[in-house]
Amino acid sequence: MSRTVPKDDSSDRQSTSAAPARLEQIVLAHGGGGELTDELIRSQILPRLGNEILNRLTDAATLELGGVRVAMTTDSYVVQPLFFPGGDIGRLAVCGTVNDLAMAGAEPVAISLALVLEEGLDGRTLERVLESIAAAAAEAKVQVVTGDTKVVEHGKAEGMYITTTGLGRLIDGVSLGHDQVRAGDVVLINGSIAEHGLAVLSQRKGLSFASDLLSDVAPLAELANDLVRRFDGVRLLRDPTRSGLSGVVADLAGSSGLSVEIDEKAVPLAPPARAAAELLGFDPLDVANEGKFVAVLAAQQADAALDLCRQHRFGGQAAIIGRVTDRQPPMAELLTVIGGRRIIQKPYGEELPRIC
Amino acid sequence: MTEPLKDCLDRLRAAAQAVAGTIRIMEVCGTHTVAIFRHGIRSLLPANLKLISGPGCPVCVTSQGFIEAAVQLAGQQGMIMATYGDMMRVPGANGNLERARANGARVEVVLSARDALKLAQHNPDAEVVFLAVGFETTAPATAEVVLSAHRNQVRNFSVLAAHKRIVPAMLALLADEQVAIDAFLCPGHVSVIVGSDAYRPVVASFAKGCVVAGFEPVQIMCALAELAEMMAQRRPALDNTYKVVVTGQGNRRAQEMIEQVFEPGPATWRGLGRIDHSGLHLKRAYRDWDAFERFGLSPGAEVEIPGCRCGDVIRGVIDPPQCPLFGAACTPAQPVGPCMVSSEGTCQAWWKYQRVSA
Repeated sequence: MSRTVPKDDSSDRQSTSAAPARLEQIVLAHGGGGELTDELIRSQILPRLGNEILNRLTDAATLELGGVRVAMTTDSYVVQPLFFPGGDIGRLAVCGTVNDLAMAGAEPVAISLALVLEEGLDGRTLERVLESIAAAAAEAKVQVVTGDTKVVEHGKAEGMYITTTGLGRLIDGVSLGHDQVRAGDVVLINGSIAEHGLAVLSQRKGLSFASDLLSDVAPLAELANDLVRRFDGVRLLRDPTRSGLSGVVADLAGSSGLSVEIDEKAVPLAPPARAAAELLGFDPLDVANEGKFVAVLAAQQADAALDLCRQHRFGGQAAIIGRVTDRQPPMAELLTVIGGRRIIQKPYGEELPRIC
Repeated sequence: MTEPLKDCLDRLRAAAQAVAGTIRIMEVCGTHTVAIFRHGIRSLLPANLKLISGPGCPVCVTSQGFIEAAVQLAGQQGMIMATYGDMMRVPGANGNLERARANGARVEVVLSARDALKLAQHNPDAEVVFLAVGFETTAPATAEVVLSAHRNQVRNFSVLAAHKRIVPAMLALLADEQVAIDAFLCPGHVSVIVGSDAYRPVVASFAKGCVVAGFEPVQIMCALAELAEMMAQRRPALDNTYKVVVTGQGNRRAQEMIEQVFEPGPATWRGLGRIDHSGLHLKRAYRDWDAFERFGLSPGAEVEIPGCRCGDVIRGVIDPPQCPLFGAACTPAQPVGPCMVSSEGTCQAWWKYQRVSA
């Protein structure tokens, strides 16, 4: 399950004893990656399927197979439109899965590809998506090794849905997780935020607005793998996808028992993304990214890690954006551009453009 | 902190010090509320300055009866309901539009009234109803599509309108004895349309300072400084610090469009009740595009939500954490009251940016 939710003392118990809470009805926001998604996982999935590995709710599960430590992850892609500025559903499916492996500290080895196609889908559209998958897989240095194809009746899917599962080899000696984070660590991001979510939204039916924004969708394994190989002070890697930087930072404070302070001035944000977020009434910190990772690492390795990122094509704008402190109670806070302070909260779910 | 911002903060602190007791400034507009929270402005303010978030979040003040009518209509066969995004989760007496969509209703989120009209033109077999809410900011856009639908005789399009006027609500608040407000930070967007002169009655009849401001932190801080100085000198006045886009007269063309399509009348505000002249109703000439007329609807009755103190929050009588539901029974994931639903709602802003009491 490609979600991380704050640890909760009750989750282990829930999985064995407590009866699952009743779920009235699924709404779109249950799939938004925010608080409502967490609640769905906690109240419905863990009580029935929970086990020692699943209960960790990390981006990728880590297992041991005959003495080899591997990482496994799966994701479904239902993005609309299928093609958006800077990417498409195929590239997204490959990158998303590869990135989840990389966030666990694993080198991607292979992925599966399951296609759910809608009757009537234009052949050229499928060709374009498959070509994009091939290109992204080559770029990410993974092979598609197994797959599945299903077709549903016209009207039962929007063009196509894709599910990818990834398998990776954990890098020796690497141990990442919220429990590794220490006070004094710094928070690094490999570039500017909010571009994927806004680029997709700019093309969505009924919402179209003129914008130069491109999705940042990119395979991050090469850079992220390099980072953990070179720096033993890397404690945690997370990709700020659906609930944005806010989600990652709020989880970090919630799960590590430590406080996090993000310096708004230091967070890279391109002017077109700032403008689009303002237009829609979104907090850029809440908006999805698909080519970014957040690394928490030892402060003394920060400069060298930053140099490494900046030499990579997906890390040119990398920046140190915050630090971990032992302030209690644990809280994620933003030091704003004007020198004010406010808390950073995980978004609720689906982003709703405001009225005016 | 930039120099101009620091200057204004210093002025604000000096003026606040010169005032004995608490200065209570209402920021009328939801966009100001969010900007104030998002930039952490509250954390910089002097202790005796209290900001009260006013009724300027259109979603928050939309009556429950109206939501009820919209939910009912959305459930009808062959209907497409087009709405601004943050209306989706506003609770009516029986569910909201998000639930209606989960139950099979076609509810589409649009960014503008024009997109809703396009939806009608692209779906000639469906009835498209646009949920027209908002203040004078969005009313001209609604007027424009009604005129366009009229001109082009688009027959499968109509609007369910609950547009509101901000100044009558400000005057009603001041007339309310429970409400204590010393001055107003006046909205930027609304003022582009109505003009800063629209606030003259607030100054003339109630002797409260009014400053129109933009949404940048420095603009907000400087406007607050000016309001505090008016308090310190006991000289309430009207000022417009957002002259780049706001004039005294406002946008005459937009006003004419509103006047052509709508007429002022009473309106029900959630939390504030019925306020005369505070609503904009479609004129008879456009009744073919009035969804109330077309589908024989009337707004449902206002039902009190047990425990919800949204009305007191909107009037500035209490801060959100003083509501017994806040953060417990009422969160953005499970909103009970409308102030928790909109991203511009006072309760959501508190929950998201400032969980503990200021």
